[in-house]
Amino acid sequence: MDQRDDIRFMLNDHEVALRDVTATQTVLDYLRLDRRLTGTKEGCAEGDCGACTVLVGRLKEGVLHYESVNACIRFLASLDGCHVVTVEHLKGAEGGLHPVQQAMVDEHGSQCGFCTPGFVMSLYALWMETPEPDEARIETALQGNLCRCTGYAPIIRAAVAISRHGTPASDHLVQERDRVTARLKAMRDGARVVSGPDDNRAILPADAADFARVLDETPNATVVAGATDVGLWVTKFLRPIGPAIFIGHLDELKNISIGDEDIRIGAGVSYSEFAPVIAEHFPFMAEYWERIAGWQVRNMGTIGGNIANGSPIGDTPPVLIALGAELTLRKGETRRSLPLESFFIDYGKQDLAEGEFVEEIRVPRPDKAQRCAAYKISKRRDEDISSVAVGLSVTVVAGTITGCRLAFGGMAATPRRAQAAEAALTGKAWGRAAFQEAMAVLPNDFSPLSDWRASSEYRMRAAQNLLLRFYLEHEAGADETPPRLSA
Amino acid sequence: MKDQTEIRGTVHASLQHDSAAKHVTGRAEYTDDIPEPVGTLHAYLGCSTETHARILSMDLSSVLAAPGVIGVLSARDIPGHNDISPTGRADEPVFPTDVVEYHGQPLFAVVADTRDAARRAAELARVDYEVLPHALDPVAAREAGYPHVTDSLTLARGDADAALSSSGHRISGRMVIGGQDHMYLEGQIAFAMPGEDEDVVVHCSTQHPSEAQHMVAHVLGVPSNAVTVNVRRMGGGFGGKESQMNLFCAVAALASKTWNRAVKIRPDRDQDMTATGKRHDFVVDYAVGFDDTGRIEAVSGSFAARCGYSSDLSGPVTDRALFHADNAYYYPHVRLESHPMKTNTVSNTAFRGFGGPQGVIAAERMIEEIAYRLGRDTLDIRKANFYGGPGRDVTPYHQTVEDNILLRIVEDLEQRADYQVRRRAVLEHNAKAGLIRRGLALTPVKFGISFTATHYNQAGALVHVYTDGSIHLNHGGTEMGQGLNTKVAQVVADAFQVNIDRIKITRTTTEKVPNTSATAASSGSDLNGMAALDAVEQIKVRLVAFAAEHWQVDPGKVQFLPGRVQIGDEVVTFDALIRAAYMARVQLSAAGFYKTPDIHWDRAAGKGRPFYYFAYGAACSEVEIDTLTGEYRVLRTDILHDVGRSLNPAIDKGQVEGAFIQGMGWLTTEELWWDDQGRLRTHAPSTYKIPLASDRPRVFNVDLAEWSQNRERTIKRSKAVGEPPFMLGISVFEALSMAVGSVANYRECPRLDTPATPERILMAVERLKAGGGS
Repeated sequence: MDQRDDIRFMLNDHEVALRDVTATQTVLDYLRLDRRLTGTKEGCAEGDCGACTVLVGRLKEGVLHYESVNACIRFLASLDGCHVVTVEHLKGAEGGLHPVQQAMVDEHGSQCGFCTPGFVMSLYALWMETPEPDEARIETALQGNLCRCTGYAPIIRAAVAISRHGTPASDHLVQERDRVTARLKAMRDGARVVSGPDDNRAILPADAADFARVLDETPNATVVAGATDVGLWVTKFLRPIGPAIFIGHLDELKNISIGDEDIRIGAGVSYSEFAPVIAEHFPFMAEYWERIAGWQVRNMGTIGGNIANGSPIGDTPPVLIALGAELTLRKGETRRSLPLESFFIDYGKQDLAEGEFVEEIRVPRPDKAQRCAAYKISKRRDEDISSVAVGLSVTVVAGTITGCRLAFGGMAATPRRAQAAEAALTGKAWGRAAFQEAMAVLPNDFSPLSDWRASSEYRMRAAQNLLLRFYLEHEAGADETPPRLSA
Repeated sequence: MKDQTEIRGTVHASLQHDSAAKHVTGRAEYTDDIPEPVGTLHAYLGCSTETHARILSMDLSSVLAAPGVIGVLSARDIPGHNDISPTGRADEPVFPTDVVEYHGQPLFAVVADTRDAARRAAELARVDYEVLPHALDPVAAREAGYPHVTDSLTLARGDADAALSSSGHRISGRMVIGGQDHMYLEGQIAFAMPGEDEDVVVHCSTQHPSEAQHMVAHVLGVPSNAVTVNVRRMGGGFGGKESQMNLFCAVAALASKTWNRAVKIRPDRDQDMTATGKRHDFVVDYAVGFDDTGRIEAVSGSFAARCGYSSDLSGPVTDRALFHADNAYYYPHVRLESHPMKTNTVSNTAFRGFGGPQGVIAAERMIEEIAYRLGRDTLDIRKANFYGGPGRDVTPYHQTVEDNILLRIVEDLEQRADYQVRRRAVLEHNAKAGLIRRGLALTPVKFGISFTATHYNQAGALVHVYTDGSIHLNHGGTEMGQGLNTKVAQVVADAFQVNIDRIKITRTTTEKVPNTSATAASSGSDLNGMAALDAVEQIKVRLVAFAAEHWQVDPGKVQFLPGRVQIGDEVVTFDALIRAAYMARVQLSAAGFYKTPDIHWDRAAGKGRPFYYFAYGAACSEVEIDTLTGEYRVLRTDILHDVGRSLNPAIDKGQVEGAFIQGMGWLTTEELWWDDQGRLRTHAPSTYKIPLASDRPRVFNVDLAEWSQNRERTIKRSKAVGEPPFMLGISVFEALSMAVGSVANYRECPRLDTPATPERILMAVERLKAGGGS
């Protein structure tokens, strides 16, 4: 197998090849300290404020896609074969302001200006994808950008106005798409990349088989997919992660196969990549899916990573457990599968052997008798970590609940099912009484923690009430007024 | 050539922020973007891991031995005074020597080749502590017998106790009001360059360059003239960079002089949030007496604040809470007391509104209490108690409210927002007893403008006109996004009648304008605009005298027109006049000065005219809450705000919109949470949640009261705008309260504490449903 020791990517107009890139070097520090591209700002170094937003273009099955990402928690090594676009690269038709920038100026979209380049980059990504977005789409695109000065109103006005200043067809990134695609293709030589000093080296396997091999040989390595959690280990906790195996570039882990019985999701599929599948096949999850983190993090973070890191407050496990998802785990060439709920053993402990990794998630399609919902409670509606996350699936046949899966996050050391509440529903007639019984026994299932996100009492009461909400939402005419807040 | 009829960028025009194009391209330079000289070192703070403890020993040998480390600095390395207390109370060491008083208190600084190396090394200190008991909040502090960090204030008029006991209705209660982190997007940062002799230049992000200069001089033990502090712009301030930058400036300057290298210090977000002060939390105990019509007869209030371990600005902050505990309402008999409590938390500091919002929301709570007791609309109770009418215009600090426009602004907004119709719709919606409840509230604000420390109400400016007619503008205010530089440049452009693009706005520096006040108290354009105007007027007087003599006309015949000057029958360009004046040896530079007239304050007596004028506003918000989870949405907000005759309506509207959202955040999702051990656990945006774009009202109508102008002789009859609209966010809180109150059919005042997180909403709903009182 070919191996090289340099990371190759495009930065704005230039091709870059860097040796000695360590596992822990971030894109933001590289841009600001090494390249003095200081338009990209550090606001939080944890992927929550968006001041560091840049675009990363990468080839997916040969097609170039640009995504907004947080440079602060993105590792430099993961850029191999990518095109990084910073705010310095934007320009207008005659070298003046880009349409996004002009709209922001005209609408008074900046005050202190520190968050502004990040907003410009998020709006740039949005405009290329949806030149004339509605306000809801704009808000979703800006979930990962904080502004403390403007109150956002002028930024929204600017986002609406961009297309009056120009269309994506005249944008130079769009015009240069073929040229950039060719250059990125030329960089993808199919080699394994190993860079940096031994104890802090970055490893980019050539393909999935190579990943399985490398991990088996290097079981102490940290696997980095989207880096939306591992990035914080480095930037906030100064934890060593080397050697680290980067897998974000492995197309084989990004497969989504839609079958009649189930949907199989490669572990490397990002939240954004999976969003169209949600819209088409799991519409009940659409609102929930958009409330996972902010846009940049959804572009980077993977469903496999959300599961593999074993957090008790990950957003995807409760709903996936409710749907009866199974994992495929792989070690070398050996694979095994297990129900997702069995993967979570205890806080920080998963059923994952040394050298083994999550390869695929299989989600059975709900049948017609299944009533499903996903709910998230957080202090702030968007881009917040759940205080309670709930996935519910209740099968009703001829008015009787024949089976159910009620899964909760934020209620225990792991995401898990509520056995007592499930027992209270199973076999009962669909109706308020059954759900009231399930609510009443929920404290037998969980004794949630109190922390800065929510108290134990609130977590329990909200979780109970969400069972009631589920009932009301699936019971036509149960209540005269809509049981949900306005969109 | 056609004569120009109007200049570009005059006063009252909606001009873009002067740096807008630089903001959007990333070319606006912040302190961290300044190119670093070869050999620049980086400092990082090592902080306490105990909340209250005696330091038995501190072993920094592992820190020193870490890779890349050049050295460490602790209290013993300070050549001057180990104190950076901004009010001279000598209670805030750079680094403590004997006792740590909050978790995360800086103990030492480590200086290394890179920031990463310094940051890693700072973790390696070994400190032995003798742990002492701690008190984290004002109630615990009072129980533990902790002292006030600064003098308490009492405001009194009439006999509150007697009037309370004779009132037909009397309600007393307690309100707990949460603090707030500034969450400026650009964190604290200082970058010091050593000079010859004792000199040092500090580039930093402070609202108060003169104070930073004095503190650096004080810590280094050198005269102020050795220290220069420069601020081009801040990435947000909001009060959090008024005194909090002093520590970072002092450390950077000390390190730069110690090693004779440039030194930068920039904490990460977690350290920024744990080691710098915030808005004060308050616990307010109130009693209000009122008659059957809802008119207040007497108020007494005790305002206990979480000040943290030192005084910082807690004196004036808690004073301002009392100054605003009346909000818009006349209290016939009143007694208000502040209790600035020492606590084992970071020392709290200035934050937009400076204690005022906490006073205002306590007043609004009392209005709610009255409305619920009498079964009336809160707006009726508000109107019944507005200042105005014979004998009803004196504040608890004995200042007469002379510029009252409360009723006009509130009734104007009531019409614009269609309040009465919408209130009926909300009541009907709630009467259906569904899971989703609505609330509607219209709240006013009256905010006093001036520093209550009278001597701060002064400013300077420096204006040069160069021989090519270009203009250099400098003033003592700092730009943190509020558009101050743009507004002051508009004033200068207007006065000279030249296009604004010929005016160069330059960084704030202690070298050009000395002895400045903080850019704070919303005073930036009031003070600096006037100082700049004074400088321009001095130059114009010389130009007029010159022109009159040179062209042999009466000085009254010299008139500045757009881009040109009419001199008798002749017209010359501005440039030509400047060139001629230079050749005739006319001084084309001036230092301007301004001090606010007519204000005085006797703190001991609690009497005076601390405020030059008042700014007014009103907001009407409609919300809905989910009674199953406590989650909520703000459906619509209408705002009408008074900025007098606006210097720049676009910038002022931006201030109003931004302040409202920030105020809403304070009262909704922004929660500071300390654990029992005294550790702040909400210390980064992942855990501390400021509003997002999707949190803003679904319908958001913001208007300036165009009919208003300042009755005082302020700059172009404008009014200050930075802080007053922050309190418009209270309308959201009051609307949430109404929605909660609906579950008990408005029979009981919900007595929500702040912030009204979904958890607090749900718990209040459950409490009211159970009929359990509070």
